[in-house]
Amino acid sequence: MERIPILKLGDFLLVTIQVDMHDQLAITLQDDLTTQIAKHASRGVLIDISSLEIVDSFIGRMLANIAAMSKVLDAQTVLTGMQPAVAITLVELGMSLSGIKTALNVERGMEILSQFTDPGYEPQDADGSQE
Amino acid sequence: MAPRSEVHPIAGANDVVKVRQVARSWALDLKLSLVDQTKLVTAASELARNTLDHGHGGTMRVEQVENGLRKGIKLTFEDKGPGIPDIAMALRDGYTTGGGLGLGLSGSKRLVNEFDIKSEVGRGTTIAITRWK
Amino acid sequence: MISFYEVVKKNEGAILSGWIEEMVRGVRRADLMTDTELKQQAKELLGLFAKAAESSSDAESEAFLQTREFLRDIAKSRMDQGFTPSETALFVLSLKQPIFNALRDALKGNPSDLLNEVWASGNLLDRLALFTVDSAVEFRDQVIGRQQEEMLELSTPVVKLWDGVLALPLIGTLDSARTQVVMESLLSAIVETNSQIAIIDITGVPTVDTLVAQHLIKTITAARLMGADCFLSGIRPAIAQTIVHLGIDLVDVQTKAKLSDAFAMALNRMGKRVVALKPAGAGMVLGSKAKDN
Repeated sequence: MERIPILKLGDFLLVTIQVDMHDQLAITLQDDLTTQIAKHASRGVLIDISSLEIVDSFIGRMLANIAAMSKVLDAQTVLTGMQPAVAITLVELGMSLSGIKTALNVERGMEILSQFTDPGYEPQDADGSQE
Repeated sequence: MAPRSEVHPIAGANDVVKVRQVARSWALDLKLSLVDQTKLVTAASELARNTLDHGHGGTMRVEQVENGLRKGIKLTFEDKGPGIPDIAMALRDGYTTGGGLGLGLSGSKRLVNEFDIKSEVGRGTTIAITRWK
Repeated sequence: MISFYEVVKKNEGAILSGWIEEMVRGVRRADLMTDTELKQQAKELLGLFAKAAESSSDAESEAFLQTREFLRDIAKSRMDQGFTPSETALFVLSLKQPIFNALRDALKGNPSDLLNEVWASGNLLDRLALFTVDSAVEFRDQVIGRQQEEMLELSTPVVKLWDGVLALPLIGTLDSARTQVVMESLLSAIVETNSQIAIIDITGVPTVDTLVAQHLIKTITAARLMGADCFLSGIRPAIAQTIVHLGIDLVDVQTKAKLSDAFAMALNRMGKRVVALKPAGAGMVLGSKAKDN
């Protein structure tokens, strides 16, 4: 069965979604990620979607699920690299994915995750308010 | 000249991916802007999934349409499934039968220029969407 | 019976010079095209036309494909050169007279054949002329479309205020089409400049109604999804009132009355601070940091 590879980078897990996913692949990714987070006690998950040209409500829900499940396992999720056309379409669809942290690219995403896991750091939401 | 049209089956999960590719290809041919392409393909993905999950499978017809000088792409999703009892309710944002009809219909409607839905309980559902250039 | 294309083939030279003469008499536009170029185009079209007419009398058939492609090309180049669509069509139509002349000579003993061939060739040329007009108009529409896009882009400039901070000063009314363009320019600018913060300044926007507000909120939400944040600045008191009256909820969007304040807040958010340089003495150097107002 094909799966999307999950890379371990220290305390974090990195996933790059490059293919046009069919539903089963998305569900498998969800399962794999939760398994890996638990297995490695990961503190953060970075999902890079800079190659994804289509994000529909199913994929959107999957991403939201991953973020929620990770949180339960005490890991922060960051979504990076959403393309402008995808962002515009998602907003029009009515999905704002408000619970998920986002970043422009993997580099920024890693910064956010590092800050999150730094014991002395107080996390800030994107709009500036303290969590 | 008669407008070309193609019919694609929606029988399995891979067909949803195929539908996206077909929609993208036709949108590219018509030279829709990137944002318009994305909106059309996303709407196609939503409706194809509905056809599969709720309609128990069906077909998508894709065709180029014309209205005077305007050109566009029309996608028609048809299934012979259980049908939708209350269309108005299904089109309301956030409505879900628990199977996720939720954003699919109302969201798709916002992504396209024309949205036409016909459904009969026990007979099936037909949804036609059009994106003009 | 002699068909018109046989007559054309036989008298190609005479018809060509007759045609050029005809055009010189009519709408020549020597200011837009040289004699050489005109002769070249006429010769090529005549050749293609005669060849195609051999196998078909239908202007839309496969036989006339090359002719149509040629006509499309010259329609485009003529539009670029500044001809009007009808001037371009006249190029094709003025071929009728010399062909009629040649037919009259070849079929003078046979009035009914003459009539048929005149009709057949005339009809064909009419259709080709119409096709040429359509092509010319299509190209002109494309040019207009491009110009409109450029105008829209010019009116929505995105400015880089600092590394990672963009400003989008909106001026004038925001209609649906414009807002789409604005949204897209801002979002691509965010990606291109790798900016984390975008300040949308609406000082120059006279009214904000529900639709405009919705568009702004959508833009801000889309930017957030991409990982950038947006502030709104330049909100005049009148607009603030309208927003409240309309019940618009600027869902936790940071707002500031002045662009400068929004900029300061953006710098702060990025962990940057503005400091004063030591007071200027002899040999003053223009500092690279902005001075506090």
